[in-house]
Amino acid sequence: METILYIATVEKDGSLAKGALEALYAALELKSTLSGAKFVAGLIGTDVQAAANSIAGCGAEKMLGVSGSDYSQARYSSDAAAVTAFAQAAQATVVIAPGTSRLNRVLPGASHRLGGVADLHITSLSADGSDLTVVHWHYRQRMKAEYQRKNRPWLLAIDPGIYPVWSGAAGTASVEMVDVALPAVRTQVTGFHTPSADEQTIRPEADLLFVAGAGWTKKQADGQTHTADAERYILGFLKATQASLGSSKSLVDLGGEGQDVLGFLTHLNQIGQTGATPRHPKGLSTCCHGEEPHVVGWRFVNERRAINLNANCGWAHGKADVLYVADAFEVMKKVIELL
Amino acid sequence: MSTGFHIVVCAGIVPDPLQTLEPVSGPQGWALKNEMMLPACLDPWASHALFEAANLAKNVSDSKVWLVTLGPKAKVQQVMMTMAQKVPFELVALDGAANGFTDAAETAAALANAIEGIAGLDKSRLLLFGGWESASRGAGATLQIVGERLGITEQFQGVDQITIKDNGAMEILERVEGGSHQVSECSSAPAVLGWATGNLPEPPNNSQIGMQNMRLIMPALQKAPATKIGTADIAYKGIELPKQQRNTRIVKDVPVEEIAREIVDWLRG
Ligand SMILES: Cc1cc2nc3c(=O)[nH]c(=O)nc-3n(C[C@H](O)[C@H](O)[C@H](O)COP(=O)(O)OP(=O)(O)OC[C@H]3O[C@@H](n4cnc5c(N)ncnc54)[C@H](O)[C@@H]3O)c2cc1C
Repeated sequence: METILYIATVEKDGSLAKGALEALYAALELKSTLSGAKFVAGLIGTDVQAAANSIAGCGAEKMLGVSGSDYSQARYSSDAAAVTAFAQAAQATVVIAPGTSRLNRVLPGASHRLGGVADLHITSLSADGSDLTVVHWHYRQRMKAEYQRKNRPWLLAIDPGIYPVWSGAAGTASVEMVDVALPAVRTQVTGFHTPSADEQTIRPEADLLFVAGAGWTKKQADGQTHTADAERYILGFLKATQASLGSSKSLVDLGGEGQDVLGFLTHLNQIGQTGATPRHPKGLSTCCHGEEPHVVGWRFVNERRAINLNANCGWAHGKADVLYVADAFEVMKKVIELL
Repeated sequence: MSTGFHIVVCAGIVPDPLQTLEPVSGPQGWALKNEMMLPACLDPWASHALFEAANLAKNVSDSKVWLVTLGPKAKVQQVMMTMAQKVPFELVALDGAANGFTDAAETAAALANAIEGIAGLDKSRLLLFGGWESASRGAGATLQIVGERLGITEQFQGVDQITIKDNGAMEILERVEGGSHQVSECSSAPAVLGWATGNLPEPPNNSQIGMQNMRLIMPALQKAPATKIGTADIAYKGIELPKQQRNTRIVKDVPVEEIAREIVDWLRG
């Protein structure tokens, strides 16, 4: 019989983020299908009461908390200690957490302390009787592996954007505070580098992923590059649609090589094998060849269209739904006019 | 007293990303079809870690870089032919399976053991580098567990930058949600840094560095201990390639206005 422990961290404003509520949904769904499972929740943050109240109706047998200024920051030493303490207090056999940067940073480390095992980037949980099965994509989203594990506790981080957001009754939760033994801490989080709102091009919640490839900076039919036009069209389109901006590796690498590039792109925009694999309902690729290491980054983009001058580019080979063989400069100019 | 870092980079080898991969199940468990025939490279994010390590060692005197890698010896040797030309390092090799179906914790145990055995390594100056995820297992777990096994409680993942401040503290930038970086200050080594892409381009080949490295690489390969890495408690129910092959509609020789109109309708639809 499993004891499922759901762990989440609380945002600065005391709330639970969307990903945390998705993981709660996943954990509760698992509880309802895994025979005889018990369910406990644990929250980490400066002050966890408001967040605990917001999920008071989740049916947890116990609500555990770790709070104080040490937990206002996302830091390995304190977070790993908190996760370990929760799992011990709950005698958890399965731990379900949102796959945020904060919890991904610590779950495997904590699993070692607990004598258990951990898997990040889980995309599905299912139960058959008392058997738990998970899905994880191996080789950077190239192949889908379904597996079980015997060792416990088994710590699992659920990738965001897969499960629905839990919505249930709020109330007044009684939170049992857990003592955590912190090691001597040598790290302080001192701040964030966040692009300003108008420079921010990465929008995980956007309906559309717009991807720019190296073609935008290449010599065009007239023998010239048109980088300024490219910038204008791309930013104009993003402004009109609020799409998230992705890029090919080739395009972001040009910056490191000192070439004329699109100033607003960084490696954080990169999609693919060594970049991100975001989740969006639609994706539009422009001036991008669609080679395999790039396309694996599109695994979780549902509808895909591409604009490329070359009718034989990689996208033509069963990877996009529609390939427009056309000049992206001309098409995007017109698209912006129409929008 | 020496103040430089002892930087140990953990890096696996993976099939060249341009290759088509297919999982196959055999008597030995899961593997890639023609696994030993596929051209390999050093795991990309771990390669960035190696380049960043070399750069840090160049800028902080009395520092040294080791590269610890676990993989089939013949493949490791192939990959070293190119990697040796990039930056100076000393190789520590383990001869064992390197596919993505093995267990991260088993791999971590073998790596930690190898690191413990490095002669002259000062753990109080240790920076344990690697990729924040491998291109094979993609577990994001190995480095954390190696760190835990070595007793390192300061860990960072998705690192894009490290800067050493005047007081010797490290300022570290980690990727967090929404295209931002979290900035942390860690007062001293030891620490674990799982790298994302970092800021450095791939160094050009340098045959002089290559010759220097090779002098140590060949003996390291010769004495690479056979290391058994398995799937621990994992019971695979199945591993498959996504089946969906899209029926790409190719729109050609159509006026730009019409294409633009169709795209806008699709976006609004
Ligand atoms: C280890 C490794 C890891 C990698 N990881 C990644 C990764 O994570 N992400 C990634 O993206 N790549 C990755 N790659 C690189 C990948 O294999 C490709 O080289 C890269 O994606 C190509 O980028 P691109 O299509 O933008 O550029 P190019 O291949 O240069 O293609 C440019 C395209 O633009 C088109 N074009 C030019 N002008 C126009 C125009 N006016 N209108 C329309 N189309 C136009 C051209 O027809 C061409 O198809 C990796 C490679 C390796 C070896």
